[in-house]
Amino acid sequence: MLNKNIYLILIISLVFAISFWIGFNVNLLPAEASINAPIYDELFKILFIIGLIIFIGMTIAVIYSLFNFRKKNDQIGDGIALEGNLRLEIVWTIIPSIIVLLIGLYSYNIYDRMGGMKELNHNHEMMSSNPDKIWAGISQTSDNEISKNNLSIEVSAMQFAFLFNYPKGNFITGELHVPVDKKVSMKMESKDVIHAFWVPEFRIKQDIIPGQPTILNFTPTKVGKYSIICAELCGPYHGGMRASIIVEEESDYNDWFNKNKKTEVNL
Amino acid sequence: MTTLDSSKEIQKNNSEVNETHEDFRMFGLITFLIADGMTFAGFFAAYLTYKAVNPLPDGAIYELELPIPTLNTILLLVSSATFHKAGKALLKDKNSDSQKWLFFTAFLGIIFLICQLFEYFHLPFGLTDNLFASTFYALTGFHGLHVTLGTLMILIIAWQSRINGGRITSQNMFPLEAVELYWHFVDGIWVILFIILYLL
Amino acid sequence: MTISIDPQKTNNDSLQPKGWLRYFSFSLDHKVIGIQYLVCGFLFYLIGGTLASAIRIELASPMSDFMPRDVYNQVLTLHGTIMIFLWIVPVVNGAFGNYLIPFYVGARDMAFPRLNAVAFWLIPPSGLMLVASYFVEGAAQAGWTAYPPLSITTPQSGQIIWILSVLLLGGSSIFGGINFIATIIKLRRPGLKLMQLPMYCWAMLGTSLLVVLSTPVLAGTLILLSFDIIANTGFFNPVLGGNVVVYQHLFWFYSHPAVYIMVLPAFGLVSEILPVHARKPLFGYTTMVFSIMGIVVLGLVVWAHHMFTSGTPPWMRLFFTIATAFIAVPTGIKFFNWVATLWGGKISINSAMLFSCGFIINFVFGGITGVALAQVPFDIHVHDTYFVVAHFHYIVYGGTVFIIFSSIYHWFPKVTGKMLNEKLGILHFIITFIGFNLCFAPQHWLGLNGMPRRVAEYDPQFQFVNQISSLGALLMAISTIPFLINVFLSLRNGKDAGDNPWNALTPEWLTSSPPPVENWEGEAPLVEEPYGYGKQFCEQK
Repeated sequence: MLNKNIYLILIISLVFAISFWIGFNVNLLPAEASINAPIYDELFKILFIIGLIIFIGMTIAVIYSLFNFRKKNDQIGDGIALEGNLRLEIVWTIIPSIIVLLIGLYSYNIYDRMGGMKELNHNHEMMSSNPDKIWAGISQTSDNEISKNNLSIEVSAMQFAFLFNYPKGNFITGELHVPVDKKVSMKMESKDVIHAFWVPEFRIKQDIIPGQPTILNFTPTKVGKYSIICAELCGPYHGGMRASIIVEEESDYNDWFNKNKKTEVNL
Repeated sequence: MTTLDSSKEIQKNNSEVNETHEDFRMFGLITFLIADGMTFAGFFAAYLTYKAVNPLPDGAIYELELPIPTLNTILLLVSSATFHKAGKALLKDKNSDSQKWLFFTAFLGIIFLICQLFEYFHLPFGLTDNLFASTFYALTGFHGLHVTLGTLMILIIAWQSRINGGRITSQNMFPLEAVELYWHFVDGIWVILFIILYLL
Repeated sequence: MTISIDPQKTNNDSLQPKGWLRYFSFSLDHKVIGIQYLVCGFLFYLIGGTLASAIRIELASPMSDFMPRDVYNQVLTLHGTIMIFLWIVPVVNGAFGNYLIPFYVGARDMAFPRLNAVAFWLIPPSGLMLVASYFVEGAAQAGWTAYPPLSITTPQSGQIIWILSVLLLGGSSIFGGINFIATIIKLRRPGLKLMQLPMYCWAMLGTSLLVVLSTPVLAGTLILLSFDIIANTGFFNPVLGGNVVVYQHLFWFYSHPAVYIMVLPAFGLVSEILPVHARKPLFGYTTMVFSIMGIVVLGLVVWAHHMFTSGTPPWMRLFFTIATAFIAVPTGIKFFNWVATLWGGKISINSAMLFSCGFIINFVFGGITGVALAQVPFDIHVHDTYFVVAHFHYIVYGGTVFIIFSSIYHWFPKVTGKMLNEKLGILHFIITFIGFNLCFAPQHWLGLNGMPRRVAEYDPQFQFVNQISSLGALLMAISTIPFLINVFLSLRNGKDAGDNPWNALTPEWLTSSPPPVENWEGEAPLVEEPYGYGKQFCEQK
């Protein structure tokens, strides 16, 4: 009996060790390029490790049972008439409940750090002239102090393209340019069907819905060129509906911005 | 309705070995009515959501005239009572009384439908005018469809409860009871609909 | 009130066709209807599988080169709709439910046999109509979710036929649900208590409650959608002041429970199969029953987790996260109980057992990704990507379809009186298991790294992994061949099974194989312990 317990403990610790090792060393995610990404990857790592422990544990249990308790050729009759074990069943009701509850609380914390629980405001300078109700999204801008320095962009999606309106420069582009390390606040609305704005490297996504403006805020942290992908089936060319987001140094961004700015506008 | 007569087969199946079950046809009907009620629940949920989050454009008509729908509510409630009377009469083997009450119930149902159509023709909005109009017609129309079906079924059972050769007697009450339950259900839905659509 | 005996109605069976022809008739025998469901569903599975192969061929290269883009969208819409509404739902509910439930409750037929036959005969016409819509003006191309405004703006005839077809299939499903509830609650043999019923009855009771409560909402929603398309109303059309998110709420109020409508019966079936081949009682009967009912209740209040990136405010996202994550608890209990059922048994390693164990492993994996997807911040990144595609195929294919095959291996001897060939069966399992995991496991990575779902073209960096996935799909297609050969060979000259080849204790094995028309020669047996393996009274057998 003692022997058996030792084996059990050994196997369980091995499962834990393998799961932790895989969790920390196997990277399944793309590059991290926004302040949301490391937060997301933290949650992913935890879920990945817990998932691996459960999956490897269950798989071992099933395969072990199949081998160890298989019917040998000469055997007849039945296994033990064990119909249940209340204590065991209570244990495996309570432990998963606690794990699930903890994961839930933890993901609330993560979502809050991503800005998901903030008030849904599009921090536009012309807040009053723009009283549209915001229906959903991820916001980080209820804090007025930071919001002054924000880059505000209005995104409109249509079959099968994104258009980015820079109200400060009064111009529209098909390619999104943003400065690095600066908060970007986007108000998005669709002109026809439902689309979605997804940048895998930023770990953010929000549907762009006709008739229901949504917002999405993010802060890029890494210079580079990334894809904006439409993630909601929007018609035959859905797969081709992409745009580029170019994250660049502040000075490069300003050059680009001034080149495109329509001069007659004074703000 | 298939539900109503199909359990005859069980009767057949069970007859050989003398197994008896309580009558579960009513149980099946109740399950069906719960399902039907869920369709209405979906419509109500949609209507209430629209009302809460999708404000109508200026100038869209929201106020409804109350007299006709109130009359309709009374008509349906009275018809529930008269249907109940019909069942009571049949139980006492007074078939012709029962038949009279049934025809009266069907008459009330028809009046209800006429009033409903009258309201439709005098409303200032059409089906596609705005979200409220569309939901209004969808809800009342779907309910009206139920009333039409119910009225037809009442006429059928009224015919079937005639004295000579009718299938519905005090020994075979089920068709009458089933339609009665359905009719009460339709009335109940109307009361909820009246409160949500006209009074709220 | 009791039903009086009516001897005049006993003898109209002579009009029914005999032999194989009865499978093409409006038969009222629950066993015939069950087989009709199964074969009809399997034919649609072959069609849906062909469509899936077309999708995987298209995705073997990053360009949209195999078929036109709008045809691709029609193919993926038809694939989803056929697999869900014409294969999995009718087979795990209709086929096995109709065949087994009357045995389990000790009845001679379902509560409403004629309604039952009507429910089945709604399926072939609506399925054919759906497939035929491709040849009219093109099938629906808004995905099986048919989100407006896309479903309003795509060609109308295909979408309308799709709605009509799904409405009919939904009606069939509701009729079936009413029938199962009435049969299980009201038609039990005298003396048989609820807590003595085999687990599949509980699973079907829970499933049927979900069907009855949620399918009508889908019907209502699709009626409103069809008004938008035909009558130019604006329920879901933002141009006319409508609200597209309301559609999503109503749709998922059905379609999330639909997932449980697809997996709960599989949970029931595996609870029948494991004890028989492990020669052990089902572990924790009572907790299993409660966890099924827990899943039913929770399953009704989690729908908005399909809409985390849609128009849902933060509080709603959070509420549905917690509710969804808690479904893992009752589901987890069931899996622990099944492993405990295997533990210490005398397990026969045969095709039915292997498919059931494959189910446990696949479903645990799909369940884990499911709990992850329930977390809003996690879902924000992977929503509408191949991660989700992989997750739900692990649930519905790795879960339910594995159990459908397991059940076919388990009950084939009862239905036909012949054994299936074990070697071909194990070959079938190995190819399916490898092919399935090869096809869908890599898709998790694709989703995490930036490949959205429902696309005909993708970033060339994903080509290699997509080709692995397509190779897996090819193996899955090939795996059907040994299965079909096995079934046809065994039907012709399989080994005679005898009445009870597995020495099982559930009531369907206590009659002859194949069973007589009214299930038992005499009175229905009273089976008080359907899982009494290892107990005194069955040691003697």
